[in-house]
Amino acid sequence: MKLLIKGGTVVDPVAGKIEEKDVFIVDGKIARAGAHVNTAGAEVLDASGKLVVPGLIDMHVHLREPGFEARETIYTGTRAAARGGFTSVACMPNTSPVADNGAVISFIKACGLKGAVNVYPIGAITRGSKGEELAEMGDMKEAGAVAFSDDGMPVMNAGLMRRALQYAGMLGMVVISHCEDKNLSAGGVMHEGYVSTMLGLKGIPASAEEVMVARDILLAEETGSRVHIAHVSTAGSVRLIREAKARGVRVTAEVAPHHFTLTDEAVLGYDTSTKVNPPLRSAGDVAAVREGLADGTIDVIATDHAPHTEEEKDVEYDLAPFGMVGLETAVGLVWTELVAAGVLTPLQAVVKMTLNPARVLGIPKGTLEPGADADITIIDPDLSEPVDPARFASKGRNTPFRGRLLKGLPWATIVGGRVVMQDRVIR
Amino acid sequence: MGLIGKDLIGLRDMPAERIKLILDTAVPMKEIIRRQIKKVPTLRGRTVVTVFYEASTRTRTSFELAAKYLSADTVTIAAAASSVSKGESLKDTARTIAAMGADAVVLRHPMAGAAELLARTVDAAVINAGDGAHEHPSQALLDLFTVREKKGRLEGLKVAIIGDIMHSRVARSDIWGFTRMGAEVRLAGPATLLPPGLEKMGARVCSSVEEALMDADVVIVLRIQLERQQQGLFPGLREYARLFGINRERLRLAAPGAVVMHPGPMNRGIEISPEVADGLQSAINEQVNNGVAVRMALLYLLTGGGCRK
Repeated sequence: MKLLIKGGTVVDPVAGKIEEKDVFIVDGKIARAGAHVNTAGAEVLDASGKLVVPGLIDMHVHLREPGFEARETIYTGTRAAARGGFTSVACMPNTSPVADNGAVISFIKACGLKGAVNVYPIGAITRGSKGEELAEMGDMKEAGAVAFSDDGMPVMNAGLMRRALQYAGMLGMVVISHCEDKNLSAGGVMHEGYVSTMLGLKGIPASAEEVMVARDILLAEETGSRVHIAHVSTAGSVRLIREAKARGVRVTAEVAPHHFTLTDEAVLGYDTSTKVNPPLRSAGDVAAVREGLADGTIDVIATDHAPHTEEEKDVEYDLAPFGMVGLETAVGLVWTELVAAGVLTPLQAVVKMTLNPARVLGIPKGTLEPGADADITIIDPDLSEPVDPARFASKGRNTPFRGRLLKGLPWATIVGGRVVMQDRVIR
Repeated sequence: MGLIGKDLIGLRDMPAERIKLILDTAVPMKEIIRRQIKKVPTLRGRTVVTVFYEASTRTRTSFELAAKYLSADTVTIAAAASSVSKGESLKDTARTIAAMGADAVVLRHPMAGAAELLARTVDAAVINAGDGAHEHPSQALLDLFTVREKKGRLEGLKVAIIGDIMHSRVARSDIWGFTRMGAEVRLAGPATLLPPGLEKMGARVCSSVEEALMDADVVIVLRIQLERQQQGLFPGLREYARLFGINRERLRLAAPGAVVMHPGPMNRGIEISPEVADGLQSAINEQVNNGVAVRMALLYLLTGGGCRK
């Protein structure tokens, strides 16, 4: 099977180059990239005027299966990923049962094989994500887990977190930390500030995240292990991570598109699709997060795609679950809010959505080198459309971006040499 | 659409002229209450539904009396706060209300934003009778009415609000209402019960009760809930009474003839001493009486103002 992607502008994060060339795919692998390729018998994809980049990786999604299939399944979630331009996703373990053992990891891997894109399960740090005892990390690694996280359920016990870092470090794995001090965030539903005071909603202070970021940085520094800070949302977290990196601590970090796009003012009107954890922060925090992206403090853009049913969200703000969907709006938000706004160059944006997440997870993706899996995303920087949740492939429609015009959208998604999405339609 | 819009959710966005219209309308309503036969046919044939997810005899009775004095039919939907956690959705309640053909709904709910959610769902006029820690506009309007009646004006007055600002919907509505009408609002209470951003709302946060009381024309004392101490938000009621309780000595710091108010129910001896609560400067009983007049004005303006669709 041969596929030729012709006339596109190739953004190569490994070489750090952007140049016009053709990419030739044979039997699911990248054969070569360059001009004047002999392509007899190949299917041709005309990518002129478009950006050809390694397949995007979203290292933070919730696919909800097993256990919460009304919200999403691995099938629908991977279709949403394909429509959003992602060729690989890493899914969090807060399923039911929790993905805290080799059997559940194997189940997710098996379901993932039937999905539209590559699925990499993340195992729980502690049994049941209860924060009490370590889960069997070695078993999970063998079953295919690529990282460990108790996402959504922060490991409050510092001693246990220290052991988790030591043990994961021994296995050569990264621990992804949801940084939230539950004592500081207790009962909170949005960012603590003027808007929460005005709305009478209980606030989550920035310190709830920052004390945990500081703690995990210190633990990573002491143990020499790798820690990845999930969904950074505050200026203080960005500063702590920047300082830690300067000291040589093995810390990486990600930000979600909603945290570099929206402020807590989006909560005015009590739209429950704005209820996320960590919450939408102040304008100062948004500026700091953007600065952190620009100067390299924040390595990765990940969506924290968290689908919920309409019934779950169509309630009082206090009662609604945290989370918004993100897979199908991510590229548009990155291009509209960061690239077009001059915060990131196209190359920087691509690095944060391909090479960097691949490196954090230690997966052989994020490259267009010959011999690599032919996972490719084609982005049309001129394509624009308003966000229409009715067209989402995800079961989740919970997005505050409804109607927002985004420019710069994924045009094609190719997984293992197979075109799974083209022209915004899943094949 | 009534003369003051479809709903009354809060005072945050209410223009001064509209507040004045409500207060002015409450004046003749108060006349009606003073009559021997307290009933006029203004809202005959209209239905007012009260939905209280939180116990509040005072506010519910006030609204029901207001509706009855205007000859509206009233219905109460029994909704316990516990039903919220049991999964009975506000949307289901909204469907019930729509089926009843209500003209106005008075909603008390333990969660902020509930009134706004209901207002988006039903055609009837929604009156927020307190939603979580968000707003309690009819209480603030009766506070404004009472002060205007006592002082003859609102503009230029110094208003001190003392106590648990963080959890008080009354404080929020009062801040919007008094500042919108040209008064200066000062706030004081335990630092742990003062949320961020109050200055941005237009109020001055004082470092002590004494500072807030100095030359104040109006002193609004808020109820302190025992539950807050159990949550560890302040160390104890005895200390609270000593540091923040409004007693006769403290009240002397206020301007002569300052009006003392309390949204009730009071913890006598904790946030307010009995001699202040029952003293000459207290307008607490008048607040209750004025509450009915203001709520009559609201029901009239929202449902019977003559130009409802």
